[in-house]
Amino acid sequence: MALSVDVEKRFRGFSLRIAFEAENETLALLGASGCGKSMTLRCIAGVEKPDRGRIVLDGVTLFDSEKHICLPPQQRRVGLMFQHYALFPHMTVEQNVLCGARRALRGGQRDSAVQDALEALGLMELKNRLPGQLSGGQQQRTALARILVSQPSILMLDEPFSALDSHLRFRMEEQTRQVIRQFGKTVLLVSHDRDEVYRMADRVAILKNGQIERIGARGEVFSDPGTRAACVLTGCKNVSAIRRIDDQHAEALDWGITLALPLKPGTDALGIRMHAIRPGEGENAFRCRVTEVIENPFSFTVMLRPLCAPSSAAPIGWEMEKPVWRSLRAEELTVHLPVDGILQLKG
Amino acid sequence: MDLYPLWNSLRIAGISTAVIFFLGILSAYYIARLPRTVKGVLDVILTLPLVLPPTVVGFLLLRLLGPRRPVGAFFLEHFGLRLTMTWESAIFATAVVIFPLMYRTCRGAFESFDENLADAGRTLGLSNTYIFWHIRMPSCRPGILAGMVLAFARALGEYGATSMIAGYTPGRTATISTTVYQLWRTNDDGLALRWVLVNMAISFAVLLAVNLLEKRERRR
Repeated sequence: MALSVDVEKRFRGFSLRIAFEAENETLALLGASGCGKSMTLRCIAGVEKPDRGRIVLDGVTLFDSEKHICLPPQQRRVGLMFQHYALFPHMTVEQNVLCGARRALRGGQRDSAVQDALEALGLMELKNRLPGQLSGGQQQRTALARILVSQPSILMLDEPFSALDSHLRFRMEEQTRQVIRQFGKTVLLVSHDRDEVYRMADRVAILKNGQIERIGARGEVFSDPGTRAACVLTGCKNVSAIRRIDDQHAEALDWGITLALPLKPGTDALGIRMHAIRPGEGENAFRCRVTEVIENPFSFTVMLRPLCAPSSAAPIGWEMEKPVWRSLRAEELTVHLPVDGILQLKG
Repeated sequence: MDLYPLWNSLRIAGISTAVIFFLGILSAYYIARLPRTVKGVLDVILTLPLVLPPTVVGFLLLRLLGPRRPVGAFFLEHFGLRLTMTWESAIFATAVVIFPLMYRTCRGAFESFDENLADAGRTLGLSNTYIFWHIRMPSCRPGILAGMVLAFARALGEYGATSMIAGYTPGRTATISTTVYQLWRTNDDGLALRWVLVNMAISFAVLLAVNLLEKRERRR
């Protein structure tokens, strides 16, 4: 159940060059909008044709520009869930799911497979409704059922939760994880939401401008994103370019401070996650002025500017639980940036 | 009251609507996927009959189909068919005039179709034929139906091109619109008024049908 992709496609002002492999795992493609994530899925599904390259799924060549192979989507057995689900609006839930069963199954088996899929996704009571009469979550379940009865070799989910309200998202994520476990084969997940990616995926590929900047196990990618784009996409809000003073010291240009840390070769930016900052004295400690306090539902984000930094410097965000801030509350504070919390970045 | 003009109008409108139903859908479907410049040029040519005066359309058709003109002469010589001054000739006139109505409404419907639906169908393994008839057409049905009814209504009222290419022969080529003109010209106002009322009743019914269809489609 292995997928191997190595494709190129040119667009006006943008070109896609993607190569990766995935096998019986959930691989997330994480990137900003317009970076080519959805286009990658569409190329694999065959609804978009790459200019060059090769796509092989379970030993079957789906696309090979040199051998002039380009299987039509109908023969690829690739399940693609579109961002807005692409349910057929004039067909009931049951008829939509039946459409998925037409390729894989013959007459008698179709009905029982459709009933099973409706049952498994809790759609039995909704089976005679039209998509327009369903909630977002119900539409997504219908789309999943429709894909699963088509017995795909791979499941590809394009921004599966972006059309849902936040309270529904959590429940649908849970259900989708269950579907993925039962599916047991390769799953590609496209998303721009790092939390969603972290909860759902085994491995993560970070895309920027049509290329994979970093690919690896999710823990690795999140703890050591490696590049500036990857750092920002994994949710790090504090990033600063640096000037290297020596192997042990760097001037963080955006923050206006000098930090002591063993610099890796090639590092040209540093990041620190908002929750990695610690109060009090320690390595890289700075006396800071509080420039703004932002109250989140369950935490505070406190914006700090070191006293030694010019007023044009970017403030550093520090996020903490509400009781912590209530006990610390002050106009000036000393904080330190622990070396093991500082991310060393390129680009 | 001789009802021949009613029957003749209905059959001319019915046949020409049936013909442009297919022509309109096919050309809309294929032209919608052409490159933009080609599309623009074809669009202008195919929409022209909508804005040209019907007499101009009639004139051009006569130049083409008249018994001594290339196409007309060919049919007369090889098949013994006269393409002008018969009731069937009016079908050419109405078809040309109503084609743009059907073509444009269909194209609008096809262009507003969400291509993701067709792509989803293909990844699910549905054949392109199945997708066309069971997914694309039903989604575009309201637009296609509206185009068809409008085209039929327009065909029923066609006068200019029809009178030029089919003329007015009572009991043979007379349609409601040419009959009304002829009766008015010969000072038979009473009978003309009756035909006017017949025509208005039909048009009223057709437009009512369009509205009901639209309402039903919106409820779905």
